[in-house]
Amino acid sequence: MSNVPANLKYTASHEWLLLNADGTVTVGITDHAQEALGDLVFVELPEVGASFEAEKEIAVVESVKAAADVYAPLAGEVTEVNQAVVDAPESVNQDAYAAWLFKLKPTNAADLDALLDAAAYQAISE
Amino acid sequence: MLKKTILNAAHRALNARMVDFGGWDMPVNYGSQIEEHHAVRNDCGMFDVSHMCPVDMVGADCRPFLSRLVANDVAKLKVSGKALYSAMLNEAGGVIDDLIIYFLTDTRFRIVVNAGTAEKDLAWMQARAAEWQMDVTITQRRDGDNALGIIAVQGPNARAKVWQVLPQTKAATEGLKAFFAAEVDQYFIASTGYTGEDGYEIMLPAAEAEALWNALNAAGVAPCGLGARDTLRLEAGMNLYGQDMDETVSPLDAGLAWTVSLNTERDFVGKAALTAAGQQKQFLGLLLLDKGVLRGHQKVITAHGDGEITSGSFSPTLQQSIALARLPLGVQIGDEVEVDIRGKLLKAKVTKPVFARNGKAVI
Repeated sequence: MSNVPANLKYTASHEWLLLNADGTVTVGITDHAQEALGDLVFVELPEVGASFEAEKEIAVVESVKAAADVYAPLAGEVTEVNQAVVDAPESVNQDAYAAWLFKLKPTNAADLDALLDAAAYQAISE
Repeated sequence: MLKKTILNAAHRALNARMVDFGGWDMPVNYGSQIEEHHAVRNDCGMFDVSHMCPVDMVGADCRPFLSRLVANDVAKLKVSGKALYSAMLNEAGGVIDDLIIYFLTDTRFRIVVNAGTAEKDLAWMQARAAEWQMDVTITQRRDGDNALGIIAVQGPNARAKVWQVLPQTKAATEGLKAFFAAEVDQYFIASTGYTGEDGYEIMLPAAEAEALWNALNAAGVAPCGLGARDTLRLEAGMNLYGQDMDETVSPLDAGLAWTVSLNTERDFVGKAALTAAGQQKQFLGLLLLDKGVLRGHQKVITAHGDGEITSGSFSPTLQQSIALARLPLGVQIGDEVEVDIRGKLLKAKVTKPVFARNGKAVI
């Protein structure tokens, strides 16, 4: 049974989002995703300042087993990346919600409303 | 409907993550694939490989039949219990399967073939036996009343753990050099494996497999899934059928020339094709120098033309990505090449196709 915090938003492609006070969103992959991938050994993050359309490939996480694309959960510009997960990919396995990948400034803040809540994500990830 | 081994419930009881592996519901890990990998390199781990298919061959013509059926030469099997790794080829010289042949007596051999190819292999063997009018009876031992389970116990402490749990087998197995088997009561214990470590592969009546699995687990042997099995065999430079070779690939281009015996009078299926084609590619290792993970099917760019990765992953022993690759002739060990990973060209070094064995790095 994977962990799905109630205070986050989710995508069907297994990203989580946290809305920050400054209007940016912090993005990571869910506990369900890290468990399915197994031990992570490589993370590739986007450039700060780069803009992405929603659902475009924005990052890559690789486990021993497989490579998986991470998709931009909404349109926006990358404001910050978490170098600590590049240096220690296993931190995502240890706590997928602490080991965030990047922060985005959404093009339209309202896009967040269209994403899944915890209950809806729980239902599709079982 | 996925097929299940006799140990399916035991895996679930250990909270295994189960995956569809070629139609079999198999454990990929029991938590951490990397920890399982290290357990085998440094201590002892066990794998359920009951999806693989033991095939018993009996009859007066076992030797002439096998001599013609497979690319390696069963004449090398002189001592009872000795095992031989070989490819079984089609007429075009492609690999139908790779397998291990155990010599028991001149009229009794046991062969273990891959899970996904078992039906195809058995049909091929039966057809050749009929065509060549050989006196051999070929019986699969994976399914049905006489089914066997197979547990591979691997690692530097594997033998000691097996003797702790099955003390009655110690006398017959402690003298086994690598690639031999001994039969003790209902147990067929072979000093073979797919990890690059010492250990045993134990075949036993399927109904007794779960009790042995649980006893080994209680003795501290770490259950290990197919994930660790793959990284262990990759580090050890052992080919995986379906990835590193298949029916379209010559064993000479898949690093298996050492298992093909071409220089005797003996004829075997595929020999003419291999002799005519010769070696077209070389099978070597790659060590990724940049950050990333090498994977099967990635393109390798060399000064002598392009090659292809056949198996790639992250090496838990080297803490670096490694791969097995089919490269153009002319590429030398030590050369720097480039690998196309999602459109980026990353640097890799060509190595011999063995990375780690017996607990340590060998490159």
